[in-house]
Amino acid sequence: MSVQTWTFIIVGLTFALYIGIAIWARAGSTSEFYVAGGGVPPIANGMATAADWMSAASFISMAGLISFMGYDGGVFLMGWTGGYVLLALLLAPYLRKFGKFTVPDFIGDRYYSNVARTVAVICAIIVSFTYVAGQMRGVGVVFSRFLEVDINIGVYIGMAIVFFYAVLGGMKGITYTQVAQYCVLIFAYMVPAFFISMAMTGHVMPQIGLIGDVTDGSGMALLDKLDQLHRDLGFAEYTNGSKKMIDVFAITFALMVGTAGLPHVIVRFFTVPRVKDARVSAGWALLFIAILYTTAPAIAAFARTNLINTVSEKEYAAMPEWFMKWEETGLIKFDDKNKDGLIQYVANKDANELTIDRDIMVLANPEIANLPAWVIALVAAGGLAAALSTAAGLLLVISTAISRDLIKMQIKPDISEKGELMWARIGAVFAVIVAGYFGIHPPGFVAATVALAFGLAAASFFPAIVLGIFDKRMNREGAVAGMVVGISLMLFYMIKYKLQGFGGGTPDDWWFGISPEGFGTVAMIVNMVVSFTVSRATAPPPQEVQDIVEDIRIPRGAGDAHVH
Amino acid sequence: MSGKDLKQYWKENIRYVLILLAVWFLVSYVFGIFMADSLNSVRVGGAKLGFWFAQQGSIYVFVILIFVYVRLMNKLDKKYDVDEQ
Repeated sequence: MSVQTWTFIIVGLTFALYIGIAIWARAGSTSEFYVAGGGVPPIANGMATAADWMSAASFISMAGLISFMGYDGGVFLMGWTGGYVLLALLLAPYLRKFGKFTVPDFIGDRYYSNVARTVAVICAIIVSFTYVAGQMRGVGVVFSRFLEVDINIGVYIGMAIVFFYAVLGGMKGITYTQVAQYCVLIFAYMVPAFFISMAMTGHVMPQIGLIGDVTDGSGMALLDKLDQLHRDLGFAEYTNGSKKMIDVFAITFALMVGTAGLPHVIVRFFTVPRVKDARVSAGWALLFIAILYTTAPAIAAFARTNLINTVSEKEYAAMPEWFMKWEETGLIKFDDKNKDGLIQYVANKDANELTIDRDIMVLANPEIANLPAWVIALVAAGGLAAALSTAAGLLLVISTAISRDLIKMQIKPDISEKGELMWARIGAVFAVIVAGYFGIHPPGFVAATVALAFGLAAASFFPAIVLGIFDKRMNREGAVAGMVVGISLMLFYMIKYKLQGFGGGTPDDWWFGISPEGFGTVAMIVNMVVSFTVSRATAPPPQEVQDIVEDIRIPRGAGDAHVH
Repeated sequence: MSGKDLKQYWKENIRYVLILLAVWFLVSYVFGIFMADSLNSVRVGGAKLGFWFAQQGSIYVFVILIFVYVRLMNKLDKKYDVDEQ
């Protein structure tokens, strides 16, 4: 059977599975729609969180990104996992005890203010939209590459599927589809990794293969071999970085804190029955994420070595079939500058003849390693699972922000349960359509800002929530001032150095040598300092709010997530 | 539960959190970034240690940290009788 047939079969089967789950897990109440009734077992929630978290970018692009960055790629590996430690230790159990549905719920109640709630809603919507547009695009890209349909048709198909289970099932439907999607995506990621690790190093586990020796008879360690190849071609050594240490630190920290502040991640911890489940659920989530995140750097190193060995100084005419195939898509470009018929792949830009899109590293890996057709089809299904699960989680945050944080809490407090549920579904429809629109007409700044969504979350939510739990004296004035100053500063820096607004600037002008991607760290510190200073100069929070803080610090009596 | 007990419970909780976050900082920022160059003279299998911490080791430790925290807190909740049924 051809790759095409296999892809239709496997993708079709997984889609049927997702829809079947959605029908089985329909939401009947707002509590089920927002937080799956607060009854998700911790391991299932861990899987759902992992699928929610790992997007098309994690699945398709990350290994390739690391492959080209070498040591510096560690910022993503540490940054996107270390945040779960912060979540488990500083946020998840307390927010679960607080027992409502959304991040703006917490901010609004803890800071006894609809201004604070509104600031939080706006931050949540900005962060989620920048994210979800990229996801829908990812769905389109996977469809177009594997099923050879137009990217836009791919986006429509993705919209229809997400529409079906997000609108019908809310959080309950999303959670159980995400569990299935995690299984699909991790299987799809690991199978080629096992094969490639075995072929390159003789170890089945890629994590062991990464620190093993190559099987080409040289007896060299894989990473030493790779360093040597890099040196020979004039690239920086793979295991040594080229970024400044302060920037590596700032980016890693911003990604960690941003992860812990992302609304679609936090909300997952409202769905488990008890406080202790919220804690352990963060552990399961990170374990499931770590399986992929410790495999990615191995794939990166294998793919890089394999690639250099396959192409460097080899005859263009003798390239394997996959090379030609991906050349057609424009993801591999070869320009024989010195007309010698050989491929020169070197660091020197003038002499280099080959440009490679980083996404190929995962997508073409099975072909490069000569794996059977069904494995290639599986990778397509995995990429779709990753993109769809993340998109659905984000859409839910947006729909909840509309139905609950705006309509129920601000515009029409006396709305009935049924009316609110209807608004939640309308919100989901609206969010799917807007996300689809951005998927089809991606604004140029999306690619540049997705990474910065973390900076925005780090600069706004994280300090407000952590201080709200750990500093009883923190008040409305402090938190609002901190969030406004933090997110404005982050937006300013982002616009100045990323989009060249406010006079623009080059990397030489960066403050403290910190890139916009890492600036969330600075903005977060500024937020905390401002919050602290302002809160100490203004009146303490009222007694009933101090009682809330006392109450969320002890686990007993969490009960169901409740409507107030 | 009395106010004094609650204070004590909270204090012990904070102590656990600070210790665990110190380890979190050590494996990622100190081993993986600040001292990566000097640790690179040591090797784990075929990888340099600093590089390994940045791309593998720190992640393993993160997972362990959360499960250790869960264990410690479950015990602490019982000790102060604030656990859930």
